[in-house]
Amino acid sequence: MIEQSLLDLWHGFGVALIPHNLMWSFFGVLVGNLIGVLPGMGALSAISMLLPLTYTMQPVPALLMLAGIFYGSQYGGAIGAILLNLPCHPPHAITCLDGYPMTRQGKGGTALGITMISSFFAASFGIIVMIFASPLLVSIAFKFGPAEIFSIMLLGLLAGGTMSRGSPLKGVAMALVGLLAGAVGTDVTSGVMRFTFGFLQLADKLELVALALGLFGVTEFLRSVNRMKVIGDGPKVRLRDMRPSKAELKQAFFPMLRGTLIGTLFGAMPGTGPTITTFIAYAFERKISKTPERFGHGALEGVAAPEAASHSKTQVDFIPTMSLGIPGDAVMALILGALLIQGIQPGPQLMTEHADLFWGLIASFWIGNVLLLLLNVPLIGLWVKLLQVPYRFLFPSALLFIAVGVYSVNNSLFEVNEVLLFGLIGWVFVALDFPVAPILLGFVLGPMIEENFRRTLLISNGNLMEFVQRPISGSIMALSVLMIATQMFFAFRLNRRTRRAARTAVS
Amino acid sequence: MDINQWFKKTNKDYYGGTLMMLIGCGAVARGIDYHIGTLTQMGPGYYPVGVGVLLALVGAAIALQASRSAPAVERAEQAPEWRGWLCIVSSLIAFVVLGEYGGLLPATFAIVFISALGDRQNTLKSALVLSLSMVMVCLIVFWWALEIQFPLFRWG
Repeated sequence: MIEQSLLDLWHGFGVALIPHNLMWSFFGVLVGNLIGVLPGMGALSAISMLLPLTYTMQPVPALLMLAGIFYGSQYGGAIGAILLNLPCHPPHAITCLDGYPMTRQGKGGTALGITMISSFFAASFGIIVMIFASPLLVSIAFKFGPAEIFSIMLLGLLAGGTMSRGSPLKGVAMALVGLLAGAVGTDVTSGVMRFTFGFLQLADKLELVALALGLFGVTEFLRSVNRMKVIGDGPKVRLRDMRPSKAELKQAFFPMLRGTLIGTLFGAMPGTGPTITTFIAYAFERKISKTPERFGHGALEGVAAPEAASHSKTQVDFIPTMSLGIPGDAVMALILGALLIQGIQPGPQLMTEHADLFWGLIASFWIGNVLLLLLNVPLIGLWVKLLQVPYRFLFPSALLFIAVGVYSVNNSLFEVNEVLLFGLIGWVFVALDFPVAPILLGFVLGPMIEENFRRTLLISNGNLMEFVQRPISGSIMALSVLMIATQMFFAFRLNRRTRRAARTAVS
Repeated sequence: MDINQWFKKTNKDYYGGTLMMLIGCGAVARGIDYHIGTLTQMGPGYYPVGVGVLLALVGAAIALQASRSAPAVERAEQAPEWRGWLCIVSSLIAFVVLGEYGGLLPATFAIVFISALGDRQNTLKSALVLSLSMVMVCLIVFWWALEIQFPLFRWG
């Protein structure tokens, strides 16, 4: 099987190196890096802004470009965190803790260099895991019927809801809102129009791009207008500062390795977001360190471990997305949506039916990461300048790109209204401390969940026990129950502790 | 517990939970109109009603938890930012209206100009410069390079 994988990978390199595909991959990496560097813009806004562009493209270059945007923007986010202490990109918030002190000590270049090395190392590791784990997972996935698909999607949704930041109940509520949003439009089985409120444009479902840009673009602007901190002068970073010394490399090696392993582990679990992964990698590193007091004052380990974790998670995340059709987080949900728009059903068949797409994507990860390394070394000066673009110029321009991008999906202004509506809805939710990312997860998974739920009960003559009695489906359901139980246990314990603390404070 | 104390304890979760209950109930109310059907033969209304009921239950749980949990540590509430909010919202509306009746270039100018005014550090002059340069970017990127199907100007 390994030989077969290697052969397929060789074929994949052939696909990814076709000049046309390579060009789009390069374009994605470049634009992703560019947008990721801009304050307040993350992978989500970058991907959704460029998603309309892919609607007219072939599936392979479209996906290569989107993946390139994704990891390009991750690199970009780290630059802002390290050089300017800008935690505008949640997964990199933890990198600020030690990255920025290093910059203040004049070692910002080294921190960036270590970030690049650990990212590249972690991404390579993640890619290798992906090459060998996907065929295994697929062989299991072929035993999946509608009941199993429903259960695993439920698990992914629950994990995505409960593991995001904030209260688990609120995350679940948001996932449910997403499911409802996914029900808008014509019902596939009966042809009845649901929740269209008389708008014919809604018969063809809500527009994914409009939902994503509303929830993550407009909402973000509404939240941070006039509240974005003013950025001072960026430090100068020269090329030769970026090469870490041998001692520093040695110091960073094991944290990098541990971060990579943590990221891989979490990537394989559907629904665990990238932010929580980097936080755990950082906490773990501080826990086992002999000198934990150095953390927060420019410890190299505190940069290497979380950055490695976030990049290996990014790569491994593609496994459940591509082979099971379960997106790990909101970004993966967007990529899944892009696949569906291209008419490609993610799942076990994807690897056999669209082998060029799957292995081309894996090969392009490597090529893309090399491109990033080559791109970031000479362009670092430009990125530092871009970081200082004032927010007052940035968000009006971004709004224009959002509006025109959404218009171009169907060449209609109706979708722009959707963006505004979802921007306002997301803003209300965020103001009430709800996480908005699970909405996107629910929206993409919703139609598939409904279809598989219906199909299962049609086959089993309305027997709900079918989900529990089938062995694979039953064990996935048991996992879901276990997850809810642990969450409730922790919530209960936390509640009791805060109450006790409150009581002692009173007395 | 008197009403004042109760009110002090009231936090965002009450509103959040209630909002979720409302959305859930709304979905149920609409979903009942579509045929529900049975477990074996589900109608188009079955799934929305099911999800709506779940959402209402979760919303109730959130609201209940709000009264049980100790009041959250008072965070410094930020003052409302009406100017920014109004400008961003109206800039999007202006884009739709002007896009419909004026074409791409007026719409581009309006969305950038109006939203730029939402930032207190922008002056009329800087907003004007920014929006005119974005009109140029729009011409080059969207009209010339991407050949977007959106007339530059149109009347009525």
